[in-house]
Amino acid sequence: MRKRTWGFVGVGLLAALLLAGVVSNYASSHPDGLDSSLLKGCTVNADHEITGGSCPAQQAREHELADSPLADYGIKGVDSDFLSTGLSGVVGVLLTFAVGGGAFWLLRRRTPAGDGPTTAAGPTTGDRPTTAAGPTTGDEPGNDRDTDTDRPAVDAGRGPTG
Amino acid sequence: MQTLAMHISNGIINGPVAAVFGALALAALTFCVLRARADLDDRLAPMAGLVAAFIFAVQMLNFPIFTAGVSGHLLGGALAALLVGPWVGALCVAVVLVVQALVFGDGGVAMLGLNITNMALLGTAAAYLLIALLLRVLPRTRAGLAVTAFVSALVSVVVASQGFVLQYALGGTTDLGGNLAGLAGTMAVAHLLIGIGEGLITATTVLTVAKVRPDLVYALRSRRAAAPAVAVPVAGGVR
Repeated sequence: MRKRTWGFVGVGLLAALLLAGVVSNYASSHPDGLDSSLLKGCTVNADHEITGGSCPAQQAREHELADSPLADYGIKGVDSDFLSTGLSGVVGVLLTFAVGGGAFWLLRRRTPAGDGPTTAAGPTTGDRPTTAAGPTTGDEPGNDRDTDTDRPAVDAGRGPTG
Repeated sequence: MQTLAMHISNGIINGPVAAVFGALALAALTFCVLRARADLDDRLAPMAGLVAAFIFAVQMLNFPIFTAGVSGHLLGGALAALLVGPWVGALCVAVVLVVQALVFGDGGVAMLGLNITNMALLGTAAAYLLIALLLRVLPRTRAGLAVTAFVSALVSVVVASQGFVLQYALGGTTDLGGNLAGLAGTMAVAHLLIGIGEGLITATTVLTVAKVRPDLVYALRSRRAAAPAVAVPVAGGVR
């Protein structure tokens, strides 16, 4: 089961890379809902630069990291817009996966570790079994085949109550 | 193609208010981390990384809405709440916003607390409350799941947009001459339309995952456990 989860994650990641790396070039370049609301009262030219009037967006200041090599979803020094946007998207997806996935991986409950008192006490929503009270068998040295067998039998008993 | 600042920029909200929301967001995210630990296991952790990466990708895809010259993009709170639950979901959106602010120069670093409050916290919370409600009252079918995803996504976007209006009322740097209602209205209408796009993307994505790997959809867990026709009766295999 765990291997199949990683397989799914791999496929999903490929989809994300495709979206950020290629499809992103066909995204609308109009200001989004927030920006356009803040531009209300101003006149703008074809490049969405303010040409007159008065609006909240005029107070906007430079980003702290406007000189970042990846600022504004492009890569500094890459001339082709297509490549610049696409590559920055690819970097962003991989970076987000690494940062997010890494943090979540470190935060996770280590159920199969086999130490009894790892019970994650608070069921967050009360709608799923969260008992992680350690395996009843205690003998699964790195067995990847089927995490479901790791689940204590209590889980099954609690299942159909919802 | 070159504009693409999608979140609150520096200077739009004053420093003190931004700082207060920064502290608020930090406290709330800490709470989310504590609650998320109960959900995060060997299966959910990689899935949560994927959800964050996927939201980053789809946020780049600004789509036109029906009013001229305005676009919208996914916020992702409802999608994350459906796939990985509210606590981990809020953290997923926050990770995306942090990466965008620190690496892509999108959304001021000083404004990060404001952006996180609106999109990661308010958006996800509103979405999850609706998800919990709708999954209870709607039929347990793909159509029911689709409607849940669509409605919760749409509403969460409008709620997030009004979070910004509240922040602007507290610390906006331009005197609107008492016309805050105008800003609220403009934001609401634009984000109602964006919410339709958000709803379609969310419903499509969640239905796809539910079809391929229903066990990876957090919001379906309790439902499936409660369903009478579950095939595997032992050892928590239904999950």
